[in-house]
Amino acid sequence: MAMLHLVNKSPFDGCNLNTAATVMKGGDELLLIEDGVYGAMKNSKGAALLDGLKVSVLGPDLAARGIPEDRLVDGATVVDYAGFVDLVEANDKVQSWL
Amino acid sequence: MSETKKFMYLNRKAPYGTIYAWESLEVVLIGAAFEQDVSLAFLDDGVFQLTKGQDTKGIGMKNFSPTYAALGDYEVTKIYVEKESLEERGLTIDDLQHLVWEDEDEDWAEKDSIRLVSRSELADVLAEQDVLFNF
Repeated sequence: MAMLHLVNKSPFDGCNLNTAATVMKGGDELLLIEDGVYGAMKNSKGAALLDGLKVSVLGPDLAARGIPEDRLVDGATVVDYAGFVDLVEANDKVQSWL
Repeated sequence: MSETKKFMYLNRKAPYGTIYAWESLEVVLIGAAFEQDVSLAFLDDGVFQLTKGQDTKGIGMKNFSPTYAALGDYEVTKIYVEKESLEERGLTIDDLQHLVWEDEDEDWAEKDSIRLVSRSELADVLAEQDVLFNF
């Protein structure tokens, strides 16, 4: 029963990314949206939490914030809104860490 | 003739995720009409407000980041950016917009608006202020 975890807050704003990352089980996926996209930046607070996780980042939110894709941690996949829908469809449940 | 006060606007939140960044900018521009001694500080996630290359077409929101470049025209020339906040986020000053103002006392020479300061230097600047606004 794979779950899609959504995080929409900066890793510096509360503990949402930390909680999501530590609750995730094998097969689960993480999608970072809105201010959550900062969590996938290299050399920043979120990077260490994402080690070994399947991570996607919503491209339009990344572009809005002026963060180039080459600043993301290795292995992070950038998706568009259609990709967001695909992830929801591919997983049994969605958990939003608001 | 009222006494000029030192106003500082503290910006601590990322843009777009909440309305704070845009609201701050609106208040700064309105406040600029009152001829006070205005300065801005960007710290914590607030440093993300100044990144260059913001493109909001995909999220259907107004890109207000070009407005920061207009602050110099409103005589807002002191923009403090905290060094530690940049470093914690894997950013450098080169990731931020290059903000300038023109000094009419020096034949309109272009000068940098951004002053990179450490947390302790920022604390000294805060201590000098008369009024602090938080966003």
